[in-house]
Amino acid sequence: MRDVAVVSYAQTPFVRSERARNEVEMLMPVIDEVVEKSGIERRKIGFTCSGSTDYLAGQSFSFVMAVDAVGAWPPICESHVEMDGAWALYEAWVKIQCGEVDSALVFSFGRSSMGETAETMTLQTDPYTLAPLGPDAISMAALQARAGLDRGLWSEREMAEVAVRSRRDALRNPEAQLKGEFDVDEILAEPYLVSPLRKHDCPPVSDGAAAAVIAAADVARQACEKPVWIRGIEHRLDSHQPGSRDLTLSPSTKAAGEAAGASSGRLDIAELHAPFSHQEIILKQALGLSDSVKINPSGGALAANPILTAGLARIGEASRQIVAGNGRRALAHATSGPCLQQNLVCILEGD
Amino acid sequence: MSEATAAETEELCATHVLEYAYKRSLGPVLGRFFTGLRDRRIEGVKTAQGRVLVPPAEYDPSSGESTCDEFIAVGPGGVVTSWAWVSQPRTSHPLDRPFAFALVQLDGADTAMLHVVDAGEEAIMSTGMRVTVRWAEETSGCIQDIASFVPEGAS
Repeated sequence: MRDVAVVSYAQTPFVRSERARNEVEMLMPVIDEVVEKSGIERRKIGFTCSGSTDYLAGQSFSFVMAVDAVGAWPPICESHVEMDGAWALYEAWVKIQCGEVDSALVFSFGRSSMGETAETMTLQTDPYTLAPLGPDAISMAALQARAGLDRGLWSEREMAEVAVRSRRDALRNPEAQLKGEFDVDEILAEPYLVSPLRKHDCPPVSDGAAAAVIAAADVARQACEKPVWIRGIEHRLDSHQPGSRDLTLSPSTKAAGEAAGASSGRLDIAELHAPFSHQEIILKQALGLSDSVKINPSGGALAANPILTAGLARIGEASRQIVAGNGRRALAHATSGPCLQQNLVCILEGD
Repeated sequence: MSEATAAETEELCATHVLEYAYKRSLGPVLGRFFTGLRDRRIEGVKTAQGRVLVPPAEYDPSSGESTCDEFIAVGPGGVVTSWAWVSQPRTSHPLDRPFAFALVQLDGADTAMLHVVDAGEEAIMSTGMRVTVRWAEETSGCIQDIASFVPEGAS
């Protein structure tokens, strides 16, 4: 295996709505920043991979336009995943492992405000048995939350506490969207959105873009003062039928965490992509995280959740924490699909 | 306002429908399931371990093995294993009045299927409650052939 590091990360501020800028305009400053910070000349970056969804623009291959933000002349080697940018980073990591390239630019963007996010997410479900019924993302998450509440695995109060802590921590993140001091009792007095979820249990609708440059050890060492090493990166999948799973568990997160080496050393920080409050509790259990691990110092997806970008942002935020000296070893997690169906775990370490 | 200005500020609209613009075969397992629904019959498929999957699948999600050719009639009654109360239905939802999305484990099945329960009010819903199928007036071989589930005894 080649040692590969995150050498730079940049993102837009995550906001409720990017009214004036299109995707290319959102991406250009982020990509300029991430390439400049990487210390690697743009022309020397061997591979470019992006993650985004055409279902927001409602037009196939709309992601191709985003390549304008990178500059595709002279021609570049480029790929795209209709997945979170965390999986684009995984593809780039595999490309470096194969020895085809030594460095890669990874980016993702999601303007969730262009549609009804919860309904857009329905389109990723089984087109025969699920999607025709219109199970939106909030309703699917509510089924999962209820399953755990019924079994006493968590309470509505514990879910509210996750939301309050996330939005409090987000106060220290200038790029987070939804932040502030909230009172658990006050938010528990709010009505249900889709019972048993209240508004605070759900992520905000967010627009944003993020980018990272990763590189093999020799390039990373030369270009960057503080490379953040990817010690393991794995992803696993559970069934697409929510009724064939125990929704209170996340076996795919557990398997990805074990394969990535989550338990092979003490973790200081975990950036978990848990769009719904109860999902943080499931992930914490699946990954066996102790109370000494600082969870989501960025505020996590409850503070900002741009479609298909919030997962890459977890890797970016975890690497920022390591660069800032707030920890030496961190776990970053990304999820995709309803009720934590697919999960990626990335273990990051400073020198 | 001059005519030119009015034309300049006119909103341009283009309709674009995102869809599968082709027909596809459902295959031997889901094909049989949906043909069954058209005939108001729900069938699951047996896995190598003898578990009955509803909706059926060609592969057992727990092992990746092919499921058997054995189809088992299940329901029409079943048990709610989890539910979410939708007090404000979206236009994309199958009912225009408050309802529950629910996981329903049909009698004879080992997995639950996602569908809706037309219960009228949230207070009627509980995990473990029994529900039964309410068929659509006309069936055509799709998941909406089950119009909804309803609390047992209410239909």
